[in-house]
Order: sequence, then C-alpha cells, then structure tokens
Amino acid sequence: MTRYVIVGNSAGGVGAAEAIRQVDRRGSLTIVSEEPYPAYSRPLIARYLSRETSEERMAYRPAGYYQALGIDLVLGTALQGIDTAGRTIRLSDGRTLPWDRLLLAVGGTPIVPPMEGLAEHEYFTFTTLADAKRLAAHLSPQSRAVVVGGGLIGISVAEALVKLGVPVAIVELAPQVLGRALDARAGEIARRAIEQAGVEVYTGRTVARVVGRAPESRAVTGVVLDDGRELACDTLIVAVGVRPKVEVVAGTEVAVGRGIVVDRRMATSVPGIYACGDVAEAYDFVLGTNRLTPIWPNAYLGGRIAGRNMAGRATVYEGGTAMNSLHSFGLSMMSAGTVDPPPGDASYEMLTCEDARRGIYKKIVLQEGRVVGMIFCGAIDRAGIVFGLMRSGVPVDAFKQRLLADDLGLLSLPADLRQQWMQR
Amino acid sequence: MSRIRIVSREAACIGCHLCEVHCLVEHSRSRHILKAFKREKPRALARVHVEEDLPATLAVQCHHCDEPMCVYACLTGAMQKDAETGIVTSDPERCMGCWTCIMVCPYGALVRDEVRGVVVKCDLCHHLVTPACVAHCPNQALTLAEAEP
Repeated sequence: MTRYVIVGNSAGGVGAAEAIRQVDRRGSLTIVSEEPYPAYSRPLIARYLSRETSEERMAYRPAGYYQALGIDLVLGTALQGIDTAGRTIRLSDGRTLPWDRLLLAVGGTPIVPPMEGLAEHEYFTFTTLADAKRLAAHLSPQSRAVVVGGGLIGISVAEALVKLGVPVAIVELAPQVLGRALDARAGEIARRAIEQAGVEVYTGRTVARVVGRAPESRAVTGVVLDDGRELACDTLIVAVGVRPKVEVVAGTEVAVGRGIVVDRRMATSVPGIYACGDVAEAYDFVLGTNRLTPIWPNAYLGGRIAGRNMAGRATVYEGGTAMNSLHSFGLSMMSAGTVDPPPGDASYEMLTCEDARRGIYKKIVLQEGRVVGMIFCGAIDRAGIVFGLMRSGVPVDAFKQRLLADDLGLLSLPADLRQQWMQR
Repeated sequence: MSRIRIVSREAACIGCHLCEVHCLVEHSRSRHILKAFKREKPRALARVHVEEDLPATLAVQCHHCDEPMCVYACLTGAMQKDAETGIVTSDPERCMGCWTCIMVCPYGALVRDEVRGVVVKCDLCHHLVTPACVAHCPNQALTLAEAEP
C-alpha cells in the first residue's frame, strides 16, 4: 500500500489528490496544510473582502469531500523538514510522517520589496483568506488605501476596496498595469477602466518611504513615491507577486532553479518527490522550457499530472503557460502565452485589430506560423478556440486572418482540421 | 466522455437555429416557447449556438470532454465533471464569472450569463431522455451517440 503525502491544500494539492484517487483507492493519502481551512478558492478572497461572498461559499470542494476521497487532512500545520533518505517529513506539531510519494504543493510567499520605513509600520499582503480577514478587520469607513503593485492581485484588491467605498491609489513600478499579462495597448485599456472607477494609478513609480506614527504605533499615515509625491493613506497593501517557497527543500538534494525544478512528469530531482503549482518551475508549452507560472489553472493541471505519476500511471505534462482572464472593473480581457515579444525579434508576427467604439482589441502573436500568444479584450466568447490552436501547435498561416474576425468560430478552421477538432 | 454525447454534423445542418430555440425553452422557467420568448425577463439563454459561414452552418455545444480543461482551470470549483454520468456542469452559486473556462474551451461552447455574471452551459438535458436540441433538429444534424466503453 502506497503512502501518499501532499503538502499544500490548494489547487495543486487537490488536483493531485483527485488524480491519485482515480488510480489508487487503497493507498493512504494525507494532505498537510499550513492554513487552517479546507481548500478554498484563493481568487475569491477579493469577493470576500468586498462582502460579495462568504467563507462557506468560497469552498473549492463540497462538504464531505476529504472523507469521500479517503483523505487524512492535517490543517494548521507547517512542513519543517524533509528527510529524503529516510522518506519522512517533519511537521510543526512535532510529528514525523512517512511517505512513499511526496508532493510539494506549498505555493509562494508574497514578495515585499524594500521600502524605507516599511518594517516599522503595519502593511498587508493579499494572497490568503487570512490576509483578507486581517485587511477586512483593519478597514474603517474613513480608510484610504495605497496598493503597491498593478498586477492581477493588486487590481483585484483595488476593485474590492472601491466596492467598499475606500479611496485607492495603485503604485506600479512598470510603465503599465498588468505588464506581465498584457501588452502596452491592452494595459492602456485596462488602466482607463481602472481610473474611471476612481482609482489613482501611478505607473513607473515606486514607494520610496512609508510614513507613519512609528515608534509610538505601527499606524501608517501615508507613503512618499520616488518622485517625491506624497499619498495619504491608513492602509498599505503590498501586492507585487509571489516567490516560490523553495526554502522547504533547503538542505536536501532537490534541485532548485527559480522554483523547484520538475520534469515532464512533475517529478523533482529526488525519486519519489514531486512538485507543482506556484513553488514549481514546470514546463511551458509556448516557450518549450521550464518557467514559473504562478497561476491557479496551472497548479491544478500540474497537480493532476503529478498525482497520476505518483500513483504509477506514467503521464507526461503537456505544459502550462501564462494565461489570465481579467474580469475586474467591468473589463473582459483574456491573455495567454507570449503577448509582448521582445521588440526587434523578427521571428514573431503580430496580428492585431481594434474597434475602440465597441471596446474591442485583439492580438494574436505567431511564430513559425503557429499561435504563441493572444490577447482578447471585449470579445472573448470564442477566444478558447485560439487558445486551443496555441495548445495544439497547429500551423495557422492559411487561415490566421480569420482568427481576428467577428465571426470567429469552429467554421474559421479549415474543414479537415475542424473534423479532427470535433472528434477529439 | 459522458455516457451519451451529442454528435453535430455540419453537412446535415440547415442553419434553422431550432436547436437554439428549443434549448432556450428547455432552460427557461416556464418551458413554454411563447412565454419563454415573450414574457420571461431576463430571457433564458440557449446553451447551443449555430455558427454560420454560409453555406456552411454548424451547431456547437459542450462536448463534455474526457479531459475537461474548463473543469481543471476553474478558479472556484464551480465547474465539475460528474464521475458517474460524465456530464460537465457549472454551479451558478459558486461561479464567480471570471470566464477562465471560456478562455480554455476549444469549442467556444460556454455561454456568459451577463445578467447573473455566471457561465451557463449544456447540461445534456439530463432530466430528459433526449436533449431538446437533438429532439427538435429537423434533419438529424444533431444526434445522440453512446460513448465508446
């Protein structure tokens, strides 16, 4: 009987557990999580903050789920060490757990860039339900907030604050918002929507100094940007992204690059140990190489492949890539793959179309006649067909112009390709 | 794959859109064609659509895939594939309207309910013997097939 241990109880851990149980109903399966809750939808913490959902409704899986899958759930307990030779892990409650197959789905830690005065003052991050609860408890009707970071997390928390009537300013180091997901044009469209909601957006700026009541108290009264501008606030949120929690493998032989390096079976360099999700540096089918893509769908997809391999069904990860669907501030924008290739690289071909009146902007990036990136703003209903072309790597030169047309559909594909597509 | 699946044949499709009409009616509150179109507000949504690139037309709905990307990518767990029936469903109580499923569906088969801010989709009319779109297709462009074992 195989003993499976999964550390991490979010998308990656759940994906692996479900895959393991599809193959092996008998082995023991333990999920260990630092967090005190059953799996919840992390992307919903913004809706929790804006009081549009409740903790109960955030459950990622229904009640009774762990029992039904025969999972021993150990909550509020951290991983403290891995013995790769003895095949055990040490937990913060003092226990030692033996494993035959170990999955590290421990996620990331919020990145907090250095800012003068930050350490002396209270600030918030925004990646867990506990973060959202702490922030909710802090806010008052008089609150004013500064969000450091104009990426997906920063924008989702800014939207929640706007819904609560809290004035918000976003400070972003890059020249545009959502720089990792969007190109300059789409970033401009997003910025306009964010500003129309009353949010102040400062791009190309950083917070140089945090001002507050230290040492008397940790209360923040404002920030000073690197151009000297002062923004008054009582709430400072740092949302610039996450870095993989690679420290969990410190002192072991598990290979680490920017994250824990895994092969196409989601296996680490140490036999029996697998990794997925935000902590893992896994295969990207667009780049054809490993990279970090700390997003929810890839955590589940990678976890699923890890689980199958852990249970003995050799399965190759087809890979994930950067992909995001942005729905904040009334926007409907999707982006995936390489949306902003290096300028001057002639190997890329860009197709774009824009209809500002209808709020539509579309871009498809091709390389060697194949789709490697896409942005769909305002007209998203059939974007999945282009995403499918990107995933399958089909040559699209013969019909590429049709992919930007209003009537994009399966009939945009050549008949022989469509036939294969429909029969999958 | 679900135990049954809908096969859509472009060569037989006459572009009448009756599948859309009857899908909408079946998913309306009254299930009455006139009331569904004339009285119910908001109007129910069809979960099948007919693509047109004349003379070609093609009805498209969820394929209830074996490897459902929409289920894997769902940020909230609203999108699930039933282990028994194989039917892929989205729970409107848990859907947050992020449209991630739409981004990864290779058929473009998911439908945005913009009033409720949730995704709606083909449920294979699992309360009926024959899905409404299949039952009302006048030229058998939509047929039912048993999935291979």
